[in-house]
Amino acid sequence: MWLAIAVGCVGCFALKLVGYSLPRRVIEQPVVKHVAELLPVALLTALIATQTFTTGHHLQLDARAAGLVAAAIAVRFKAPFLVVVAVACVVTALVRVVAS
Amino acid sequence: MSDAEPDAELDAELGLEPIWPATRNGVLRDAAGVGLATGAYGLSFGAISSSAGLSVLQTCVLSLVMFTGGSQFAMVGVIGGGGAAMTGAATAIMLGVRNAFYAVRMSSILDTSGWRRPGAAQLTIDESTAMAVARTTVRSSRLAFWATGGSVYVFWNLATLIGALSAHALSNPRVLGLDAAAPAAFLALMSPRLRSREPWVVALTAAAVALISVPFVPNGVPVLFAAGVAVIAGVRPSPATSPDGHGKGAR
Repeated sequence: MWLAIAVGCVGCFALKLVGYSLPRRVIEQPVVKHVAELLPVALLTALIATQTFTTGHHLQLDARAAGLVAAAIAVRFKAPFLVVVAVACVVTALVRVVAS
Repeated sequence: MSDAEPDAELDAELGLEPIWPATRNGVLRDAAGVGLATGAYGLSFGAISSSAGLSVLQTCVLSLVMFTGGSQFAMVGVIGGGGAAMTGAATAIMLGVRNAFYAVRMSSILDTSGWRRPGAAQLTIDESTAMAVARTTVRSSRLAFWATGGSVYVFWNLATLIGALSAHALSNPRVLGLDAAAPAAFLALMSPRLRSREPWVVALTAAAVALISVPFVPNGVPVLFAAGVAVIAGVRPSPATSPDGHGKGAR
């Protein structure tokens, strides 16, 4: 775990430093920029999908899905970050209570 | 923070800086506000990281050293989902790519010679960059960068510690629905980016690729496959050019 933390930290810092050290035109290629804009979208959606709809190696639909729907509604109404997270937790917990 | 002095005179000569004390107070007030707001994210990061199985120390080291929220959430998210820690680190690094572009932008504003460069690099995140580029003079941009970066650093780390300690005290995070916290956090982080058709297509394709591959590959790897979707979509020639400032506000 510590090794992975070190690798992640060094990698993230190196990326920040590289922007100050490399000439602009090297890093500001249109293709590089375009990929960099799409990367967070793809990674975050994949994280959302796998953490909401899977358990281990199985697809699973459970209370977490209700929490995600609630979070999406909160985002739609421009709720602050903490409210979005809290709404998801409360709805998930409530659905579990009702279901059991 | 006082390193902006020489250019301040230049700004004043050009008549760009009407009332510095008022501008300065405004910048500092905004910086404190942004710091407090991200403290709220820090609380949930600390809690999510703890319930993903990281120790309080490991959680705090991530906030102190990695110091880029999206990457930190992703790293503990992958680990919490049963993925290998190294897969989590890879995901974190890919999410940190945007900071390199913020650094390019900031390098034209900041004086980053010598020892200031690593300091500036460490504080180069969504919030400090957004606050700095929103300012119209070099002097106020620099102050906004250092003040916002410093304020976020302090509040983010304090909040991480509090979040980690409080989640550690809970016996079963599932009872409180805490396993739904990370996806909700990712959703809130991502939503500002879904402003046109292309990111929607990429998002839905990435989700489908990840879910389809879950039964067949080790945990955490489906997220790396999803990164491939972004690379393919990004390399493919596209008529749509993104408006400036597209990649902001996604800590």
